[in-house]
Amino acid sequence: MSVPTPLSDKIVRVRETSGKNARAAGQDVDKGTANDVGLVQTKYFDFALPPNELILERGEKLGPITVAYETYGRLNDQRSNAILILHALSGDAHAAGIHRRDENPGWWDDMIGPGRGFDTNKYFVICSNVLGGCKGTTGPSSINPKTGKEYGLDFPVITILDMVNVQKHLIDHLKIDQLLSVAGGSMGGMQALEWVVSCPDRLKSAIIIATAAKHSPQQIGFHEVGRQAIMADPHWKDGRYYGGLPPAKGLSVARMVGHITYMSEISMAEKFGRRLSNNGKPHKFSAGFEVEEYLHNRGDHFVKRFDANSYLYITKAIDSFDVSRGKALHEVFKGNRAKVLVLSFKSDWLYPASQSKEIVKACKWAGVDTTYCEIDSTYGHDAFLLEVEEETHLVKHFLQKAFVENGMKDSDQVLQYDI
Amino acid sequence: MTSNALQLEYKAILNWVRQGSSVLDLGCGDGALLDLLVREKSVKAQGIEIDEQAICQCVAKGLSVFHEDIDNGLSDYSDQSFDYVVLNQSFQQVKSPDVVLKEALRVGRQVIVGFPNFAHYLARLRMVFEGKAPVTPSLPYAWHDTPNLHFLSISDFVEYCRLKEIKIVHSVFIDKNRTTKVFPNLFALIGIFLISPLKTRG
Repeated sequence: MSVPTPLSDKIVRVRETSGKNARAAGQDVDKGTANDVGLVQTKYFDFALPPNELILERGEKLGPITVAYETYGRLNDQRSNAILILHALSGDAHAAGIHRRDENPGWWDDMIGPGRGFDTNKYFVICSNVLGGCKGTTGPSSINPKTGKEYGLDFPVITILDMVNVQKHLIDHLKIDQLLSVAGGSMGGMQALEWVVSCPDRLKSAIIIATAAKHSPQQIGFHEVGRQAIMADPHWKDGRYYGGLPPAKGLSVARMVGHITYMSEISMAEKFGRRLSNNGKPHKFSAGFEVEEYLHNRGDHFVKRFDANSYLYITKAIDSFDVSRGKALHEVFKGNRAKVLVLSFKSDWLYPASQSKEIVKACKWAGVDTTYCEIDSTYGHDAFLLEVEEETHLVKHFLQKAFVENGMKDSDQVLQYDI
Repeated sequence: MTSNALQLEYKAILNWVRQGSSVLDLGCGDGALLDLLVREKSVKAQGIEIDEQAICQCVAKGLSVFHEDIDNGLSDYSDQSFDYVVLNQSFQQVKSPDVVLKEALRVGRQVIVGFPNFAHYLARLRMVFEGKAPVTPSLPYAWHDTPNLHFLSISDFVEYCRLKEIKIVHSVFIDKNRTTKVFPNLFALIGIFLISPLKTRG
């Protein structure tokens, strides 16, 4: 992977091989050029067993809860090198590496691995599927222990804070007091913001990418189109479609709308132009353009891997999210000692830079140590998954600073004990 | 700019900045000055920079930096929220130096301004004898390819401070390889000033 290598980057590399991590780095060199995490497995953690159910933000109780998660790299002896990766709307716990009998790498594989932005030679990287999801963590498609059937719409309304609370239980389970960082884009960025605000003492830093402190009417509007498409599908049946045909058409349309919002005018023009395609779904009104075929394919593909009810619950959680809790935004950041890196992308019109700047401004007012960069990209909102080179550079050095600051404190303590 | 002149420039600023103070560098570039201030003076540093690549270089140095245009103002900062605001070699490059300096003096207890001297004798000679726009070691750009939007002399700035009731606390003038005190408006390539509002608030 080619990363911009200013002089200081080389200095960091030298430090890596001459310091405590010399052995790990040396091993990596011995292994050759392999820089991905390789074969990984999803693990599961159960908690909130009745009568100790999790109390949700809106007061309802939920339990038991299963959390699907994956980890990459090794937790150090001080348990101080853990980073929690937070996924977006359709993501899952499988952020990096490959699963047995599946050649698709995790959704942020380009960013996670030995020598990558989230360097697994140095850091212990964790990613879990969100509450309400459909990839192993408890959600509306999970079995309701009270009925023995899928929850469907009996699943309680969840929020971004609930997702974060579940993640906190996972971090407790892994016996990690303080995370070196939390990082995510889009809905993942919202969770990162929620971490910063709801448990500032449990993290050293946060990487908040292409997101908003709260959704705008435009963002809510697009989600509502998706939800209406699902609910208008005759197969949806008020969420009771498990065991029968799923509302595939509705979910597919929702995803098609989503994909349009994730791209930019330029990226769509470059990707499709006005090229025609013969492989689309022919209907009288189709103009036969490649972009139509692409959106149909994305929609069809999504239906195979995602649950329509999860889509409804999660989009609602995103739309109702407001990290300011009705106060001025800077009020909720006050006294926060975590370092923050905020990234946005020039062509991202779904989560425009102005929303990131709003977060940055509030951090400034609150005196939070913040770095902000608007990355020049034509990929639209998708850029947070595609602008790997720039993100790698920024994330790597930002984490290095947090890591060194953390390490220095550790060594100070050791010195005191020695005396 | 010779590296010697750059060192002298940084040395002057290092002399002025107090240990452990807070510094906001407007147009911090690759962060070389902030990095020096962090290492030598343990300052709490914050940069603002418009260029993405420069921001990457700042982050590589472990600096905190905002991707912003300083011409849009500093309204996000309350009065006197930094001990020093630095406008080093960015002062002549902003669209409205008047507005930016006023904001810098509001946000910082003191402001450090450094700029190339347009009235250096080499610039004068080139203007008078060649009839061409000045190109000097501190103004190295051709007229059609320069980031500088405003061309001021040391005398211009001193007069400006008098008119605006800005107090010049310290000043250093730098020629090619040394600081100079004799006729700085003629012999200095660079002027650096530590200034503060004449009527200090609070």
